[in-house]
Amino acid sequence: MRIWQFTEQSYHPGWDKTDGPLRIMPPSGVLDPPEVSDLLHRYLDEWLLGDELGFDLMVNEHHASLTCMSAVNLSTMAILARQTKKARLLSLGVPMANRMDPLRIAEELSIIDNLSRGRLEFGFVKGSAWELFISNENPARMMDRFWEAHDLILKAFATRDGPFSWEGEYFNYRHVNLIPPIYQAPCPPMWLPASSPDSARLAGRMGYVVAAFLNGHQAKNTFASYRDEYLKTHGRPAALDRLAYLGMAVVAHSEAEARQRAEKLYAYYSTVSRSPAATMNPPGYSPVHANAKALLHGGGNPYANIMADGTPLPANPSLEVLADAGILFWGTPDMVYDQITKFNALVGGVGNFLCMTQGGYLGHAETVDSLKLLATEVYPRLKELALPQAAE
Amino acid sequence: MRSAPPEFETIEVAGVATEILIRGIGRPILYLHGGEGIEPDLAFVETLAAFGKVYAPSHPGFGGSDLPRRFGTVDDLAYHCLDLIEALDLRDCAVVGASFGGWIAAEVAIKASSRITALVLIDALGIKISGPETRDIVDLFFLSPEEQRAVIYRDPAPAARPGTIEAATRIARNRESFSLYGWSPTLHDPKLRGRLHRVSVPALLLWGAEDRVVKPGYGRAYAEAIPGATFSLIAGAGHYPHIEQCEATAGELARFLEAARVPAGEDA
Repeated sequence: MRIWQFTEQSYHPGWDKTDGPLRIMPPSGVLDPPEVSDLLHRYLDEWLLGDELGFDLMVNEHHASLTCMSAVNLSTMAILARQTKKARLLSLGVPMANRMDPLRIAEELSIIDNLSRGRLEFGFVKGSAWELFISNENPARMMDRFWEAHDLILKAFATRDGPFSWEGEYFNYRHVNLIPPIYQAPCPPMWLPASSPDSARLAGRMGYVVAAFLNGHQAKNTFASYRDEYLKTHGRPAALDRLAYLGMAVVAHSEAEARQRAEKLYAYYSTVSRSPAATMNPPGYSPVHANAKALLHGGGNPYANIMADGTPLPANPSLEVLADAGILFWGTPDMVYDQITKFNALVGGVGNFLCMTQGGYLGHAETVDSLKLLATEVYPRLKELALPQAAE
Repeated sequence: MRSAPPEFETIEVAGVATEILIRGIGRPILYLHGGEGIEPDLAFVETLAAFGKVYAPSHPGFGGSDLPRRFGTVDDLAYHCLDLIEALDLRDCAVVGASFGGWIAAEVAIKASSRITALVLIDALGIKISGPETRDIVDLFFLSPEEQRAVIYRDPAPAARPGTIEAATRIARNRESFSLYGWSPTLHDPKLRGRLHRVSVPALLLWGAEDRVVKPGYGRAYAEAIPGATFSLIAGAGHYPHIEQCEATAGELARFLEAARVPAGEDA
């Protein structure tokens, strides 16, 4: 198992300065620019430490949000490309259906791949529903736009013999000519997040790394769909490195200290619901059949977090429940190792742990201490984790 | 999965399977439904049928009508309406549209057709009148269905939950298609206002006196851009006067159609 160190780069000092949503709507006046600068540098420092400790690194992107200041993730990626030495650098990702200029995305990715001498990995992400109210891009047919941009970018990466023209349904270019060309030919490793079996199958067909985000034991279904489709398409089982799960993790020297840190980290989770209601699912973002089902049976996300026995994650879960659910691994190094290996076995094995090592109110010193413990006491054992036996 | 209520017919319009409700006898009235599909407007369609032969299609992507890939703008819907008028060989046709349907009706009326002889817009969307920092139209997409009802209706009642997967599928399709056509620029076409001078038939704009989605001042600006248009407020109604004041709205509409009547050939 590989660990990818991740933080959303939140502006948590502003969370209690507004009663309203933390996304789209908060007044930017609650952010203090010197504090923003300090935090951005702090997050970069933690990633640079992670590089030294042997982790790979992941950066994400959201817009107009106090939960995530990373509005231009590829600028952060460019800094890491220059300043890190060994880590693979994962952008997860580029919200392609929200960006009007895919050629520009290809150029940005190429610079990062060349700067890092071929350490770039990236995912094209659908993006959170509420981003569409920022980009103003239409939720209807967004995946058509997404795949056209995807195809254009991959062709730009693969082409080495001068420009080609592109006159598509959504994008038009006289000359697509990527200079510098991408470093990792024909293209860097690609990832796709998936929350539904359909999108997992799609990722399986493409052979991209599938990433399940904080969805607990639902990930087992995601991975099973992926494996099934991968085997059908490619004629061989998917290797563990094709599967990724994003969860939170914090380590401490004692259980009591870990509990305190876990509470601070988990505060991130309470921000998810602080979005304007209608922005969670604009019409067209989810397929008609899923929306129709929700209308008929009352709302609710059919792919919501579940526990290992298939029951829903309870409201206001305890830290123990969160560890069992695979949402937040916390404790002494041994506790965290046991929780991760147990979850790994229950979901059928996963090769990449996208690890939110910082979030909520977890401070710098605590984060650094937790990262060091994770790197020295937990990670060496996790690297040995093979496919669990008798996975269903 | 997209089965229509039994009273609908399906016709081919330039290769697009289009669900349509046909009611009454007499002068043809093409009724264009709003962003929530035909369902909320059914009572109004029945009321209008006392004054002519009402043709009420579901726009491509709404209800049970097909959505070809080439459709994605209100302009496409307007051409589809013109195709439909020709396919049904409608003459001396009054085009009536409410809300989003009013926007489509306006886009139809600027594309000349000798078959169209009257235009009625009910709380129509579709034009931009203020500067970049002023929203003329409430962003319905930023509101939950409950919040939408609160701003649309003068006296909002809770929505009925769909009872079947077919009904739910129609609602989900309607919402997605409304977004497809209206997401951005939000519920308007920046070019439309400058083209309204091309409307060459008698036009009536009916407006809910308490419309909070597009206020009466917006309706007046709409009317001013259409040569010779009449503007009239409907008391006791919000954005949907054809629902909240169904009889009064249909009555005003019928009087206008009668007054604007030009001698014509046979009724369809």
